[in-house]
Amino acid sequence: MFRAALLALLFALSARAGADEALVAVAANFARTAEALAEAYEADSGHTITISSGSTGQLYARIVQGAPYDAFLSADAERPALLVETGQAVSGSRFTYAVGRLALWSADPDRIGPDGAVALSGGFRFLAIANPRTAPYGAAAMEVLEALGLTDAVADRLVTGGDVGATYAFIASGNADLGFIALSQLPDGQGRAWIVPEALHAPLAQDAVLLSRGADNPAAVGFLAFLRSDEARAVIEAAGYGAGDRE
Amino acid sequence: MTGPILLTLALASVTTLILMALALPLAWWLATTHSRIKPVIEAVTALPLILPPTVLGFYLLLLMAPASPVGGFWLEVTGSTLAFSFTGLVVASVIYSLPFAVQPLQAAFERVGTDMMEAAASLRARPLDAFLSVALPLSARGALTAAVLSFAHTVGEFGVILMVGGNIEGRTRTISIAVWEHVESLEYAEAHALSAGLLVFAFVTLIAVYALGRGRMLHVR
Repeated sequence: MFRAALLALLFALSARAGADEALVAVAANFARTAEALAEAYEADSGHTITISSGSTGQLYARIVQGAPYDAFLSADAERPALLVETGQAVSGSRFTYAVGRLALWSADPDRIGPDGAVALSGGFRFLAIANPRTAPYGAAAMEVLEALGLTDAVADRLVTGGDVGATYAFIASGNADLGFIALSQLPDGQGRAWIVPEALHAPLAQDAVLLSRGADNPAAVGFLAFLRSDEARAVIEAAGYGAGDRE
Repeated sequence: MTGPILLTLALASVTTLILMALALPLAWWLATTHSRIKPVIEAVTALPLILPPTVLGFYLLLLMAPASPVGGFWLEVTGSTLAFSFTGLVVASVIYSLPFAVQPLQAAFERVGTDMMEAAASLRARPLDAFLSVALPLSARGALTAAVLSFAHTVGEFGVILMVGGNIEGRTRTISIAVWEHVESLEYAEAHALSAGLLVFAFVTLIAVYALGRGRMLHVR
């Protein structure tokens, strides 16, 4: 038994020989999709991808402080561009891997009707959004409220999660009556959602960039290339995103 | 910037008052009982020392939800939810800092010993009278240590508040949350100002605790 296990381990290790590892920082809204993509990529390439997720602002702050990430999948275009500008990311490596969609979601199916704006102007205790200062989905949610003229009306009922994952927990637990999350986060058959019309906020172009640390890392370079493949684009679209740039 | 500071001081003050009211009888019972469930109660009291704040925060979030029995009851009685409120933070802080109030008090009460209490009883002091005029004065240092540690530990609370607070200005954005947000937003000057203040506060508090009781309780951790 022990011998068999040892043999299996040796085989696994030898299969990995020559394979590289990359640590990829991923915006919270895309974490689950990125895990699925990483698995597919690992099976194809033999490389290993490790995902570390957080709010875009949180990850950006860590990268600026020298965190050991090889690539960055942001929820905006602005921060990857800044990293290229300041020389912390490889110039020319930036591309849009997905276009995010915002959803207003409640765990209570009766709270949201066909027009989410009605639910937003109605009586509720708390509306959850991701922190607009660090999370692009939170910033987009603020734009939606502004476009609907509800910013002041909801101001004192607004609670913020550190990223869309924490925001999801506030809503799923029922502590917040409703809130803005990524369309890709919506659970099957729980509660009800209103997919926010894209006209109500600036497009959530989500850019990826190769960080300087990962410039010569085949696993990181390969994973970013994989994100532009038809296979990956199909996974990304199925998860609830608009497709990004092609190969 | 003063918003989070005042809120944190208010939270720590209210929490400390409630904790002392709860911890005095609980610690006295623990120090004097021969009950077989004593270790169980001691373990429950010490749990917040061991559990990650995320575990406490997660369960509190579920517990405070309007659909849960506790959260639903609270909503019915008060008309407001526990999560995302100052009251909710007080509840969370009382649980989170409970061992810091109970353990120094229990240790102090145990040092008073049964001899003293028996002597008081032989002088016909009623139990409550003996407690108030003998045990409590002899344990004054322990009580002060408990109060200071409860206050300080609440000031230093982060993870639980992050998970049940919702980061609302003036209601649930404490110093630790404000520092976190400043750091994430790369506003290091603001983060420095609050952090340095907290560092000095923590240092002074610990000096006070060690001067009071030579920090016996801190070795226990």
